[in-house]
Amino acid sequence: MDELIEILKDLHSDVDFETCTTLIDDKILDSFDIVSIVSEVDDKFDVAIPAKELIPENFNSAKALWDLITRLSED
Amino acid sequence: MLFTSLPFVLFVAVLVVVYYAFVPHNERWGLLLIASLAFYFFADPKYLIFISVTALTAYIFAILTEDYNSKRKAYLKEHKAEWDADYKKRYKTVTTRVTRLLLFFALLICLGIIAVTKYTNFVIETINSMRSEPLSFVNVIVPMGISFYTFQTVSYSIDVARGTVKAQRNFWKFLLFVSFFPQLVQGPISRYGDLSQTLYEPKNFDFRGVSYGFLRILWGYFKKLVVADRLVIALKTLTGSPDEYKGAFVFVVMMLYAAQLYCDFTGGIDITIGIAQMLGITVKENFDLPYFSKNIKEYWNRWHITMGTWFTDYIFYPLSVSPTMLKLSKWSRQHLGNEVGKRVTVYISCFAVWLATGIWHGAAWHFVVWGLMNFVVIMASQELEPLYAKFHGKFSFKGRHWYSAFEILRTFLLMSSLKLFDCYRNVGLTFKMFGSMFTTFNIGKVFGGSLLELGLTRGDYMVAFLAIIAVFLVSLYKYLRGVNLREFLFDKYPLFVLSCVVLFLCIVVFGAYGTGFDASQFIYNQF
Amino acid sequence: MKKITNNDNLIKLYYIGFALLGVAAAAVGIWYLQKLLVPKYQRGVVEGSMIAEYYQSEEPHEVLFLGDCEVYENISTVALYRDYGISSYIRGSAQQLTWQSYYLLEDTLRYETPDVVVFNVLALKYGEPQSESYNRMTLDGMAWSLTKWNAIEASMTEDEHVIDYVFPILRYHSRWSELTATDREYVFDRDRVTVNGYYMRTDVMPEAGFPDPTPLTDYTLPETSMEYLSRIVELCRENNIELVLIKAPTLYPHWYEQWDEQVRAFADRNNVPYINYIYLRDDIGLDMSTDTYDAGLHLNLSGAEKFADYIGDYLVSHYNLTDFRSVPEVASMWENDIVFYDQLRDAQNAELAEYGQLQSWGANAIEN
Repeated sequence: MDELIEILKDLHSDVDFETCTTLIDDKILDSFDIVSIVSEVDDKFDVAIPAKELIPENFNSAKALWDLITRLSED
Repeated sequence: MLFTSLPFVLFVAVLVVVYYAFVPHNERWGLLLIASLAFYFFADPKYLIFISVTALTAYIFAILTEDYNSKRKAYLKEHKAEWDADYKKRYKTVTTRVTRLLLFFALLICLGIIAVTKYTNFVIETINSMRSEPLSFVNVIVPMGISFYTFQTVSYSIDVARGTVKAQRNFWKFLLFVSFFPQLVQGPISRYGDLSQTLYEPKNFDFRGVSYGFLRILWGYFKKLVVADRLVIALKTLTGSPDEYKGAFVFVVMMLYAAQLYCDFTGGIDITIGIAQMLGITVKENFDLPYFSKNIKEYWNRWHITMGTWFTDYIFYPLSVSPTMLKLSKWSRQHLGNEVGKRVTVYISCFAVWLATGIWHGAAWHFVVWGLMNFVVIMASQELEPLYAKFHGKFSFKGRHWYSAFEILRTFLLMSSLKLFDCYRNVGLTFKMFGSMFTTFNIGKVFGGSLLELGLTRGDYMVAFLAIIAVFLVSLYKYLRGVNLREFLFDKYPLFVLSCVVLFLCIVVFGAYGTGFDASQFIYNQF
Repeated sequence: MKKITNNDNLIKLYYIGFALLGVAAAAVGIWYLQKLLVPKYQRGVVEGSMIAEYYQSEEPHEVLFLGDCEVYENISTVALYRDYGISSYIRGSAQQLTWQSYYLLEDTLRYETPDVVVFNVLALKYGEPQSESYNRMTLDGMAWSLTKWNAIEASMTEDEHVIDYVFPILRYHSRWSELTATDREYVFDRDRVTVNGYYMRTDVMPEAGFPDPTPLTDYTLPETSMEYLSRIVELCRENNIELVLIKAPTLYPHWYEQWDEQVRAFADRNNVPYINYIYLRDDIGLDMSTDTYDAGLHLNLSGAEKFADYIGDYLVSHYNLTDFRSVPEVASMWENDIVFYDQLRDAQNAELAEYGQLQSWGANAIEN
């Protein structure tokens, strides 16, 4: 989880990723950020997030994103 | 049938009355289907064949895919215990390939139809420009709204393959999703997941919804008939003789076209959403005050939203997170350094999106160049961002009202200049005309009576100007308050009624329709 | 389940009431704007006012003239009354096409049945709708009925739509920027522009010869117009009306010999009289150096009185017409017409004396 927060902080240092739950809805993360996140996650966790998982629900908070990564790595 | 034709208005009026007065509330979707097919039939019976083939293809493949998916999942579950991990993986890979193949065929047919009907002559023209003996053009009809309904079916097919929506097993219901008539003319591009919920459910007469819808339709006609169709006359003259109207006239074209396109397109969407609302159906918004954007990326999040998200969800994401791209990303980061390498895949995907966006807008090279210019500007602003950040670190302009206004104006001017491609419809000419703004100084000539020779009278300009002010104020209300003016008006109902009456009278008197006015087709029709 | 209370009903009533009020306001608004925006045809081009003016005429009419400018400028209805006691009306309009004449006859029959209908044959040469503005001047003035609808359907040029006739505002809405003082003055009422359909001009411009007629490739009168002529014959027969076909004595547009023969043959076949007054110009006593106001295209007052004199003689000697001069109620109505007629003449003459040409009538009076 901490590693994930670090990835996110790299993109936007001024956002409190631990608490924010509207990353997509409030347009904090844009499509470019999401693609960066996917490739970083692929790098660091060796988890490939497929296109169908790129939906607001999975990216609105760091927690949701972490759940997604956990789910995908179990599969 | 155009939105602005009287038969269309009567068609909708009769539909709404029959819909609520004579059809049981749970069968209203059936009437919508009949109306949609009739709409197509009256435009050209041949269109019905095209749309039916597309709908039937997506319908069948969706069911096949879904059935296959549930079968293979069940099979996998059944044999979970006996298979080892490796075999499971192989089974998954092979079966995934089958679903991919199914999706591939569905998309091949749907996209094949649009490719042949819309782009054959474009390809021929392009080949001809490179050869000495020209090929002859083929005579194909471009079915009305094909870009919109094809995109809807494509997104449906992909969503079913991904398992994010359930396949519709009632063909007639599915056909309604594909052919729902208000959005056939110029979008928005609805997703099955969004529209299906509201489309088929039983509908009761909702006074507030019907009132909102009605006012919205009037507002759409106001923007379209009073502003857009009036300004189009002057624009035709200006862009028709570019040699005569250079320099400052190009700026006039920019301003007029910005107003014209906005009023035409958002007006059409207002009519679409308004009709849907009167029928108790919620259609996704396609615009969110685009001219109040502070940068080009924001602009594209607010202009033609359903198209933007479509390209993001079905081209940008799949492309940039595909295994090949991820590999490429890794490689480039290793070899080109983290900063540059990170961008490679994003840029490639973004390039693909804007190329596709350009082609989608029209079968012509100026659209392609327009799309790529958008790409260039977005990339440039992306690259300049650190610079901006530094700048803003030094000076604390950001957030001040005047600086926001400056950003909005800057974005507006930038986007308006890009739209010149669409005005002059020729790449070389557009660059030439844009350049002339800085080399030909003829402001005096513009205001020396030339504006009155473009086909519009002083009164026409006056009406257009006042109407644009009205449009601006209504937008400003929403920008500042965050809610639509109609909601405020509805709470003061007599004011709501008064607005309807005034709008109606203004449309009838000041609308640019009938003899003496060119009836211009919606710009996004046949897109 | 929520109980419907009185309060809910009141709220419903509030919304529905205002919605209905809005519909009413929109209707009234459109009605007024339409009145304001349609052309008034009160100055200069007054031809558009003629058709509607008929409905204001009170006295009974035994003779009805149908046709274009060759009737409404060439025959003085007052002269017919003064000299013979004939009470007549000219339902003429600019470039009235044969089917329009037919439907105007049908329209007139809704109000009264004349004894004699006189139809001028010049329009037979047109087999197709000609121009929107002439259509408008003839059709807009008609009172609403199925007849008007049919007349519109028969008359529309390619770019016209019935709906624009039903709601003229759809056609004339863009006049908001060119409204004249006349438009504002005559929103609800119109001034009288004719005397029982006769459009008076007292100025003089002598006939100065016409260009030689161009030879035509086909001299056959169009089927459409001839068919409507047959329908006029039939309609007259059904209503026991005597029909007379005439060609007015003016020479332009040219009336070809071949056309004349066809009409004559038609008249013989259908047993109706046909009189070509071009051959009778001397008998009428027309002096085209003084009896025309536009170089021979149309007659002026002096010419129109002479022609009325002549045609009136034919009418009273062939048909059993009432001498309304001895029917007091009708005579008193005609007295009013005569007063208007004389005032009009004097006013025009006064302008001629003052300016040498008419200022308030004809081309000089057209507002821009």
